[in-house]
Amino acid sequence: MSFLLQVINGLQVGSIYALVALGYNMVYGIVQLINFAHGDIIMVGAYGAYVVLVLCGLPVWVAVLASIALCVIAGVGIEKVAYSRLRNHNAPRISLLITAIGVSIFLQNLFQLIFGSAGIPFPSMFQVAPINLGGLNISFVTILTIVVTVLLMIALQLLVGKTKIGKAMRAVSEDADAAKLMGINTNSTVAFTFGLGSGLAAVGSVLYSNAYPMITPFMGSMLGLKAFVAAVLGGIGSIPGAMLGGFIMGIVESLTKGYISTQLADAVVFGILIVVLLVKPSGLLGRNATEKV
Amino acid sequence: MSEMLKVENLNVSYGAIHAVKGISFSVNAGEIITLIGANGAGKTTTMHAISGLIRSGGGITFCGQSIHGMAAHKIVKLGLAQVPEGRRVFAKMTVQENLEMGAYGRKDKAAIADDLERIFQRLPRLQERRRQLAGTLSGGEQQMLAIGRAVMAAPKMLLLDEPSMGLSPILVHEVFSYIQDINAAGVTILLVEQNAKMALSIASRAYVLETGAIAMSGDAEALAKDPQVQRVYLGG
Repeated sequence: MSFLLQVINGLQVGSIYALVALGYNMVYGIVQLINFAHGDIIMVGAYGAYVVLVLCGLPVWVAVLASIALCVIAGVGIEKVAYSRLRNHNAPRISLLITAIGVSIFLQNLFQLIFGSAGIPFPSMFQVAPINLGGLNISFVTILTIVVTVLLMIALQLLVGKTKIGKAMRAVSEDADAAKLMGINTNSTVAFTFGLGSGLAAVGSVLYSNAYPMITPFMGSMLGLKAFVAAVLGGIGSIPGAMLGGFIMGIVESLTKGYISTQLADAVVFGILIVVLLVKPSGLLGRNATEKV
Repeated sequence: MSEMLKVENLNVSYGAIHAVKGISFSVNAGEIITLIGANGAGKTTTMHAISGLIRSGGGITFCGQSIHGMAAHKIVKLGLAQVPEGRRVFAKMTVQENLEMGAYGRKDKAAIADDLERIFQRLPRLQERRRQLAGTLSGGEQQMLAIGRAVMAAPKMLLLDEPSMGLSPILVHEVFSYIQDINAAGVTILLVEQNAKMALSIASRAYVLETGAIAMSGDAEALAKDPQVQRVYLGG
């Protein structure tokens, strides 16, 4: 029984890793950039929800929508202000990477300036009694997190596979110049991708803050880093890879906490990163490094 | 005949390398024009500059409108499409998705469906493989797909960059006959080729590009008989 509970807890935290990892992978897929500011988008979303919910006293659904909107605007804004000019002038990739780290530091300090560096308790958004499933008492937030994540992943698969903008995303990620020759506006496709990834991160952010109700300007660093490991594990650039990597990471972390040691959990998680990089750098579902052109 | 594309004093540099040195040429509506020259003569660079993929100096006018400095996707919407060198099909998308991408800038759904049907009729091999990933096609099929994809943009003019590259002589004939069909349907063609013999055989006029400058130009038939062209480009 306790094993099953650990797995379910793992699926919960894994769902959040997956939602965040999707942003890393979609952006990497389309512009080959590890957007290190992506983790801080989670923090922006959490503070956004907090302001609307607690300071403005508005209902939960408004807070959720406001958090998503804020993250989408932040994600697209970062792309337009910080990255797109570098990209359009063919700046070396390392310049973009350093810029991403700079944006991350900027966001953390901006929010520290506004809200202070001390943690702020995040109110429980969903006051629903635990649900009994086959003798196991599972919290509502846990079930909500897993269900919402699975639904969003199905929706995302449909979006990328079937819609016009989804096909444009795939075309741009495969060959941006050829996509331009098809009449695809690559800049707006990239901006859409940033917005989509940031929106998913906002959902992850709200769910995370309900499970771990203390928000700080630095909360995005560790969560973002773990989601990045999940992205590498699943295969950087791969959308199904982000989902798989997220779930595996969550379950491994939860089982380590439950059966080995809480303190070792982070070591195991980052140990996974080292093993993946040594054994299969392209990740579980990643593209092969050698591609036939 | 009205002038469809006019390139004036086009200059492109990559750092210290002056790849295209002030070339000028024009293409009239309905023509097949070819730009021939050796590897590194600046043919592909010229094509990229016209399509807006790289920055250039000089003037480029399409259907009386300046397209110099315009974003590449907007140029396609004006009716100037390109089949890039090396085919560049989207390998991880299906044949049909590739063709749909060609019509990305169009809104007329019914006409798009008609055009797709027409391409499948002309290229039945692609129809058989419509759900297959483009990366699994043979080189010749990929080239036909790349051309079909550009035709899906319903262009007034098509730029083709080395469509014969890496293909067997039989396939080269198939590709060139498809190009002639497209031209017969009213699409103006600018063809860049290393295979000068084939290119001169279907073109009305030609320009010979040498190290970034136009060395010769004129009637394609006359150029094919020119002793210097024969010696350098036709291996005669």
